[in-house]
Amino acid sequence: MYFKPRASEKLANPTLQRALANFKERFVGARTEAVAQVPNFEELREAAKAIRNRALANLDLLLEEFERNATARGARVHWAEDAEAAARIICEIARTHGVKKVVKSKSMVSEECNVNDALEAQGVQVVETDLGEYILQLAKEPPSHIIAPVVHKSRDEISDLFAEKHGTPRKTEIAALCREARDVLRPHFLSADMGISGANFIVAETGTTLIVTNEGNGRMVTTLPRVHVAITGIEKVVPTLEDVALLLRVLTRSATGQPISNYVSFTTGVKGAGDLDGAEHFHIVLVDGGRSKLLGSDLWEALRCIRCGACMNHCPVYQTVGGHAYGWVYPGPIGSIVTPAYVGIENALDLPNASTLCNQCGVVCPVKIPLPDLQRKLREQQVDRGLRPWTERAALRLWAWVAQRPGLYALGTGIAVRMLSAMGGKERLLHSLPGASGWTGGRDLPAPAGRTFRELYRKRAVRQ
Amino acid sequence: MSARDSILNRIRAVKARGEAPAAAARNEIGEYIRTHPESPRPTGDWELVPQFRRMAAAMSSTVDDVAALGDVPGAVAMYLKGQSLPLEAVCWPQLANLDWAAAGIRIHTGRAQGADMVGVTGAFCAIAETGTLLALSGEDTPASASLVPETHIAVVPVSRIVRGMEDAFALVRAERGQPPRAMNFISGPSRTGDIELNITLGAHGPFRVHILLVQG
Repeated sequence: MYFKPRASEKLANPTLQRALANFKERFVGARTEAVAQVPNFEELREAAKAIRNRALANLDLLLEEFERNATARGARVHWAEDAEAAARIICEIARTHGVKKVVKSKSMVSEECNVNDALEAQGVQVVETDLGEYILQLAKEPPSHIIAPVVHKSRDEISDLFAEKHGTPRKTEIAALCREARDVLRPHFLSADMGISGANFIVAETGTTLIVTNEGNGRMVTTLPRVHVAITGIEKVVPTLEDVALLLRVLTRSATGQPISNYVSFTTGVKGAGDLDGAEHFHIVLVDGGRSKLLGSDLWEALRCIRCGACMNHCPVYQTVGGHAYGWVYPGPIGSIVTPAYVGIENALDLPNASTLCNQCGVVCPVKIPLPDLQRKLREQQVDRGLRPWTERAALRLWAWVAQRPGLYALGTGIAVRMLSAMGGKERLLHSLPGASGWTGGRDLPAPAGRTFRELYRKRAVRQ
Repeated sequence: MSARDSILNRIRAVKARGEAPAAAARNEIGEYIRTHPESPRPTGDWELVPQFRRMAAAMSSTVDDVAALGDVPGAVAMYLKGQSLPLEAVCWPQLANLDWAAAGIRIHTGRAQGADMVGVTGAFCAIAETGTLLALSGEDTPASASLVPETHIAVVPVSRIVRGMEDAFALVRAERGQPPRAMNFISGPSRTGDIELNITLGAHGPFRVHILLVQG
């Protein structure tokens, strides 16, 4: 997984660049407007942070409480150490209930666990039903954003894809494309044996899982099939329903700029006796997948994340290269932290560096995760574990050696600034510099003044 | 060791609790859950019903008033005719004893089917802050009726409008004890912004949500 070459490729893709320009304008504008309508938004952010911290501080106790209450209502709680275990558990559930067709609503944890591949391998048909995820399933691509998964694709590409895969006349109106997807997916909702959803939060107090959606597919998936599986990470637990009320207010405003999403759907236990609809079997799969390890590390604050996407929406790096460049399920600033944490820093080498440390992400994060600080900690880990390129390590060692010898340092830098100054010529700009083409390939480097700081300082001290 | 135990043990190791979590921590979080304290809410000065109307409209619902529950079938018929929709609906059993026939509307009270074009439901309560309906599932209040048809008509007594989600939860606790299988907060018709971030109404659920506020 290498960020740099993928990022270069994304920079050269005009369709993607057009999509990203549109994306940035919409999302940043929508959040700004929504936040401006809540005079005490900062107070709500602080409260959201406190709720998530309380949840993480009591994670074991809350998970036990959640399990007790969910079980009392007839749900079955499964625990998965890792992605493979989660996929295995879901396959086993499908087998036990004789499932032939699964409809799925959006779940990033299910992407982590490659649930679709595992189910398909045992002959179960899996249909993604979030419009964006459905488009990606047809195109055989991964999502590039956690809440706008298909933001990298243009309408034209989707028109072509639908015409080809559905065998229907090519449509160009967005409303017509949405209608076509609705018509194709509706029979699947009505005929599926099992629905798989994620969970934005799970509530210890009541043993409830809940999803926050706009399309209504999540409600279909959790209402119509006879089996419902909710898969989520162990960190998603919160103590009470009141905690959910507060978190929703900052989640939707940070994500899409809505005061609330169209549907907030809480599911507790199995359908009641005499109910006309609702699942008869409810399985909840709680995935660790590196989370308990992250909890014990100095990156633990990343577990506060409520997956709104605001950090990526506001990140100048994400805005420029899109989500696929990050190489795994979670892109953007939060991805640059959880990806190394979950798949190993050695497998995500450039990610902690895929940031300018500008802190746009930290400023908008609804639960105040200090994202740049965490990226800096990961960078330290990279250095400690010798995971930086040998050229960089050698250069730094050389610099450190020289810097410890002030006389030599003065001599070396004295010669260097004079040479660079001469190379800058009348314009006082360097158009190219051996070994620094990464900089000068795109812009000029201002030439130094011709004297080192220490020389100038000494002169000033004497004058006074 | 089971996955459950090894996950919980790893968390306990981080919390330095040892195998048996300290009773103090358990009591503290237990007390927090029992009292379920509220967090601060958005500041703002508004009246319940006007705010509900304003926010429902902002979420693309339409709102109309009826004087009493008995006037609902007539108002539904008028709305359906205005939208050129058939006078047929799947209806919550809870509302089945209204005089639908007199208004010329044919209803059925089963689970909503793919062919149902109109769903008529009540609401457990409604939330002024966001213009939201809360529908609880149950024998007389199936969840599919507000979801499967292209048009959703919801009947809400103004007396059931509360301020925020916390107040809705308080009502659920007071009147039901615990949440039923489905507790659906609904704010306007379904929508998607997945294609070029253009908002399109009627993604998988209803294209239209029409709310009848019952004054009596």
